[in-house]
Amino acid sequence: MAPTGAGKTLAGFLPSLVALSEREAAKAEPKAARGLHTLYVSPLKALAVDIARNLDTPIAEMALPVRVETRTGDTPAHKRTRQISRPPDILLTTPEQLALLIAHRDAAAFFSGLRCVILDELHALVTSKRGDLLALALARLHRLSPDLASIGLSATVREPDELRKYLVPQRADSPPAMADLVTVRGGAKADLRMLDLGRSLPISGHTAWHSMPAIYDLVRAHRTTLVFVNTRLQAEYTFQELWRLNDDALPIAIHHGSLDAQQRRRVEAAMAAGQLRAIVCTATLDLGIDWGDVDLVVNVGAPKGASRIMQRIGRANHRMDEPSKAYLVPGNRFEMLECQAALDAVEEAAQDTPDARLGALDVLAQHVLGMACADAFDPLGLYEEIVSASPYAGLTWESFEQVVDYVATGGYALRAYERFAKILRGPDGLWRVRDARTAQAYRMNVGTIVEAARVRVRLGRTLRSKPGTVLPKGGRVLGEIEDEFADTLTIGDTFLFAGETLRFEGLAEDEALVTRAPLGTDPAIPSYAGAKFPLSTFLAERVRAIIADPFEWDRLPKQIGEYLQQQRRRSVLPGERDLLVETFPRGKRHYLTAFPFEGRLAHQTLGMLLTRRLERDGLRPLGFAANDYGIAIWTTRDVSERAVLDPDFIGDLFAVDMLGDDLEAWLDESAMMKRTFRQCAVIAGLIERHHPGLKKSGRQVTISTDLIYDVLRKHQPDHLLLRAARQDAATGLLDVRRLGMMLERIQGRIIHRALDRVSPLSVSVMLEIGRERVYGEGADEILAEAEAELLQEALS
Amino acid sequence: MAAGLRLEKTHKHPTLLLAGETLMLDLCGGVWLPEHRTLIVSDLHLEKGSSYAARTGQFLPPYDTRETLACLHEAVTRHDPARVVALGDSFHDDRGPERMEPGDRAMVAALQEGRDWVWIAGNHDAAVSEGVGGRYADALTLGGLVLRHEPSAEPVIGEIAGHLHPCGKVAMRGRAVRRRCFVTDGTRLVMPAFGAYAGGLNVRDRAIEGLFPNGFTAHLLGDGRVFAIGRAQLARD
Repeated sequence: MAPTGAGKTLAGFLPSLVALSEREAAKAEPKAARGLHTLYVSPLKALAVDIARNLDTPIAEMALPVRVETRTGDTPAHKRTRQISRPPDILLTTPEQLALLIAHRDAAAFFSGLRCVILDELHALVTSKRGDLLALALARLHRLSPDLASIGLSATVREPDELRKYLVPQRADSPPAMADLVTVRGGAKADLRMLDLGRSLPISGHTAWHSMPAIYDLVRAHRTTLVFVNTRLQAEYTFQELWRLNDDALPIAIHHGSLDAQQRRRVEAAMAAGQLRAIVCTATLDLGIDWGDVDLVVNVGAPKGASRIMQRIGRANHRMDEPSKAYLVPGNRFEMLECQAALDAVEEAAQDTPDARLGALDVLAQHVLGMACADAFDPLGLYEEIVSASPYAGLTWESFEQVVDYVATGGYALRAYERFAKILRGPDGLWRVRDARTAQAYRMNVGTIVEAARVRVRLGRTLRSKPGTVLPKGGRVLGEIEDEFADTLTIGDTFLFAGETLRFEGLAEDEALVTRAPLGTDPAIPSYAGAKFPLSTFLAERVRAIIADPFEWDRLPKQIGEYLQQQRRRSVLPGERDLLVETFPRGKRHYLTAFPFEGRLAHQTLGMLLTRRLERDGLRPLGFAANDYGIAIWTTRDVSERAVLDPDFIGDLFAVDMLGDDLEAWLDESAMMKRTFRQCAVIAGLIERHHPGLKKSGRQVTISTDLIYDVLRKHQPDHLLLRAARQDAATGLLDVRRLGMMLERIQGRIIHRALDRVSPLSVSVMLEIGRERVYGEGADEILAEAEAELLQEALS
Repeated sequence: MAAGLRLEKTHKHPTLLLAGETLMLDLCGGVWLPEHRTLIVSDLHLEKGSSYAARTGQFLPPYDTRETLACLHEAVTRHDPARVVALGDSFHDDRGPERMEPGDRAMVAALQEGRDWVWIAGNHDAAVSEGVGGRYADALTLGGLVLRHEPSAEPVIGEIAGHLHPCGKVAMRGRAVRRRCFVTDGTRLVMPAFGAYAGGLNVRDRAIEGLFPNGFTAHLLGDGRVFAIGRAQLARD
């Protein structure tokens, strides 16, 4: 474990290089000793390639007899075949490629001499389903080569023991086995500040439009700047704003996951060659690649998590002895609090990496089919191997049997598919894959990253002779947008993409056809407000602590202190562990606001559940809005009045039993649950993304998973995939687990204030109401007006 | 509003006139002809799930047939029709009846009990003719109405057809709602697919719009009732 930039990756290879040169020198068993010695797994293809380059240099300089190769999705077929028959000494690859390798018929021979496996950026891998897939592969490697040493490389994390368990085989009925821990301390302290404009920030909104000139000045004053933002849309907005200010025509580029792959490669190459002064980027550049020349990192918007921000800061000056320089740029007043909390966390080197996860059942199903492709398996032997992987240590035999049954025939109570079974149990008790075609389908669908179905964005051509006519073909592909986003577009809608304002002209043959909007057009993109990542529990605690302690306010920009003072005068500031609930009338409606600080996802779930309860209590709720810090619900009837009549009303409203039947009922109907189910269905192979002999993209999946979900839920609600989807919902999109922890925390600690009018704190969440679309100047001006009006009312 | 179309006020199951006949557009996706005591459902696509298992090895939940039949049972119970017409593509493929579970087969038989049951031939199940009861026909005439699977290319007054699986999409304020729907211009009607796993084609697609040169109204199946939506409000996919 070492701070970013400490050079841990190359250190990880040293023992292998020593062993390999000794192996060559000894030449005791020249034939037998050949073979794959060290395997390196990285979360990013580009990182594997990068490391290979960095290894080649010292190997060449020392003239070591060591052959290093990479194996990624881009490796040509002939090279793959050759790698199996004549393995390199060191192979660098990704979790998906490793899954394919262990499912290979020759896997046992290929890995029998493996001495060392190195898992890079382990802290980033273990928190996802990719981490589950990798854990299962690691268990298989340990079985194929019992003397295997596994090395994990990680940035500093809060719970190193989880990673230590992940690396070594676990045994039932014995205390957790753990890998040795080597900690590298020190590294120059980061030079990290909050960008203070000395002006008042808005109460809401995430674009940080007010900071664009200052960010541009920072770019001008530095050699190369990475500007991190939280969402693709923020990236588009920031990029466009910077170019609007770019009187010096500085080479500024944009990089995010939706852009055309070729364009991304061009940006990366230009960056590596030192040709760019700035890149506006999303999480796609969070990890690992060593740009070398970056001397400043700017993070626009809320940091959301301490570990994330440290990872990003580490992108600058990737050297131990020089401090990384970075600015945090808050978009609104709450983000200022969050930035301050992150600054404190970085100062203390405190981390918020989430806890270890429970291995996902859909990933296990994929793995079981892969193992049948490799060789016939004995169910008991495979079960023992699987529970030796720490995420699956708690897997019961019954669940394992259900997974095997699912893989074989779909796991249905109605035994309809016996004769089509994918894996078959022979008289010897071993399970085998049905045929080569099934194995091929497995190989074509391996992996846990389920991209949202996407459509290509193509620039259409307008006919000059016939204005208004758009020719569907011939234009350039600009990238891809999510199906769901495309679904909400109607012809004539304008949105920001690939750094331009585009006009949607319709869908043609599964491509979104667009034209360039006239200059000065105000883009009408819907905002995924805030960020994809919810505020981490850890930072949320710190934000609550800052708010609760007036002595802390001195460290904050003056205006935020004044804002909190106003709140204290008008209502109350909640203690660190309290939940503040405010009720007040406004216009013809009545409002209820609450500030749990548990992140947008948990709040949306909370909003749904509270709305149901209020409905049942006859208060006639009309809607709700949520952000990372709180929620607002509006009703026709007066909640304050009800609270006077029934003193327990507010407490009961937030009672823990909220997570009972209501949650189940709502969850099952929710669009997010359907999306979660789709991911599980794809990973577990119920729906194949690719099918031998068929070319089809996500959009063309012929049966909608929503229809499948509805039917399955009705007829077999305990089916394996529904269980998998519910397990995901608990921690994923709906963050039910976090909501549950919050409800426990606040029992008996709810502070209710019935007010005559909206409080300063409530204004922040009220401003989320009706904010479905926007950005762009015209729209922001209108919002600013509305905000000013509401603020006036609150502070007067 | 197109000629010949007379809408009752918003109703769970609205009624309209087509070639002088009264049609009730049932929220379940069927058409009820009260004067003929006939229920029409289209594109059941029974055994679509199992056809995937047979052809591609993807094990979709094998409950689509019973789900579709359960919906049909609900409508049959409500209307107690003298005649049920399945307007083609009743099975997803010709071998569908062979793969049907005994319980589902019994359910079909129970539904057919005591009433005239007509399977209209579709393009997916043109060769199905054995073992599932009822009688078979390429088309059926009922008063001023003509019932067939594929809509005719030329306008036919009083034609009720299926085949196209129409869906309507309404997009506003950053949200899109897509639902199965009936499409009509007051002279002819295209029915939504009834089957649990049946997909949909946007009504703004040329294949559907082309049938209605003088415009159309789509009747979208909402959660609580059927909604009449004009062409102008319907988004393309």
